[in-house]
Amino acid sequence: MANSNNNRRKFFATTLQSVGLTALGGLLWSGYSDEVKASPLVLRPPGALPEEDFLKACIKCGLCAEACVNRDSNKNKDGSNREGTLQMAKGGDHRMIGTPFFIPTEVPCYMCDDVPCVPVCPSGALDALSLKSEEKELDINEARMGLAVVHKESCIAFWGIQCDACYRACPLMDEAIVLKYQKNERTGKHAFLLPIVQSDVCTGCGLCEKACVTEEPAIFVLPVEQATGKAGDHYVKGWDKKDQLRAGDRKLDEIETKTERSEKEASDYLNTEVEY
Amino acid sequence: MSNIKYLLLRRITQITLLALYFGANAYGWHMLEGTFGASRLFGFIPLADPYTTLQVLATGFVLGTDVLLGALLITLFYMIVGGRAFCSWVCPINMVTDLANWLRRKLNLDKEEVNYRFIKRRARYWLMVLGLIVSAVVGVAAFEVLSPITIMQRGIVFGFGAGISVIIAIFLFDLFGVKNGWCGHLCPLGASYSLIGKVSLIRVKHDHEACTNCMKCKVVCPENQVLHMINKESISVTDGECTNCGRCIDVCDDNALEFGIRSFTNKSKD
Repeated sequence: MANSNNNRRKFFATTLQSVGLTALGGLLWSGYSDEVKASPLVLRPPGALPEEDFLKACIKCGLCAEACVNRDSNKNKDGSNREGTLQMAKGGDHRMIGTPFFIPTEVPCYMCDDVPCVPVCPSGALDALSLKSEEKELDINEARMGLAVVHKESCIAFWGIQCDACYRACPLMDEAIVLKYQKNERTGKHAFLLPIVQSDVCTGCGLCEKACVTEEPAIFVLPVEQATGKAGDHYVKGWDKKDQLRAGDRKLDEIETKTERSEKEASDYLNTEVEY
Repeated sequence: MSNIKYLLLRRITQITLLALYFGANAYGWHMLEGTFGASRLFGFIPLADPYTTLQVLATGFVLGTDVLLGALLITLFYMIVGGRAFCSWVCPINMVTDLANWLRRKLNLDKEEVNYRFIKRRARYWLMVLGLIVSAVVGVAAFEVLSPITIMQRGIVFGFGAGISVIIAIFLFDLFGVKNGWCGHLCPLGASYSLIGKVSLIRVKHDHEACTNCMKCKVVCPENQVLHMINKESISVTDGECTNCGRCIDVCDDNALEFGIRSFTNKSKD
């Protein structure tokens, strides 16, 4: 009897130990995995799902990177393969290990017409359907790898110097980046040629960043999420017929506001607690 | 030569596979593309690792059919034919841990072995389940974040970077830490192949009549608990943890061990 009690105690102790150690390992493992997930500002291949879903889906096989580098059009003069756009994240790259990404200043995306990297993806992390357009099954112009952003203070075009390097490097010239002409008040007789990115056209390929002539690129590609703001649904463009539909045909006095209206007159509360 | 026959065959297989994967990226070969996570054979047959696939599914992502079909093909192959052969015939980490194990024997580190009671051989099964849970909680294939297997393979195909430190860590752990520590105790991928390969046809068979009880097989075996029948009875090694590496066959001087097909007639003796 005492023996079986002992055995039982031992069994419970070892089970508890196993469960405890597993929980410990699980916590460490979860913490580590969650940390390595948090690598913002990483540019993904065309057609990539939103980052959160992409990290779930990518099986880290590298087929996209292999399709990117091994192309007939991507050869050096001696016949060897030129460096591909897509890299597979290694230890030390500070991006989720084994996932594909690109750095525009090293090798931008050249927006191949046949988009070789997307259909080879076996897991669905690169979604071919997202690149479908009216003209083509796979339209690279539909890609939203990122969004080019211009830093006005370091862009020499904003200083008044004539530079249209990014404008001319852009594969969608005069569509994704347009030049805005503006009078240069400082000299009085010159024009600014300002590069303006059209965010509904820009694919984030990074050719502009690669082409930029300043010491550090004044135009650079950020992931769409980081490069865009959001006005919120409660703003309606009253002058835009389509947007106005969102407001419905509600009358002004029917609108139920959550903020309580002040009983006072504007002239009263604007002048209180002010000393002259 | 006969005492390294399977060792040589395994190294040739491992290195050939890695060379094909390397060539797919470097020269655009279409024999075997991708990595062990998911591959394409001859440019059209999808292959995928079952445990990696399960991890991705655990994150809640509905995978493409290529991966699901690929995982099914690999599962069927090891389940019906190979057993846990992935670990000893394919996995590149096997070369690292085999080297560590060989050095352990040469340096007599086994004699002084510390008994690491807190790591048991069944820890890998806990880790296997844990990996799926962590995948579901964090939303990323958890073992793939740190798997030395694909880190080493991607290292060879795409470049190592700092990933080489993971490989060195495994080597040091197996050399100075626990004997067969990684492959035999911790690796959740190996655990998954142990379960998949449990019923496979190719098995090591033991001939009790020929055995002289020299125990060389037990010394080299990385999972020597599976050789419990040595000097006891003439049966097959049916434990799923046997990697079918054939080292025991290589070192046996008495022809008491040989590969064979699992016999279903005297199954009651298993």
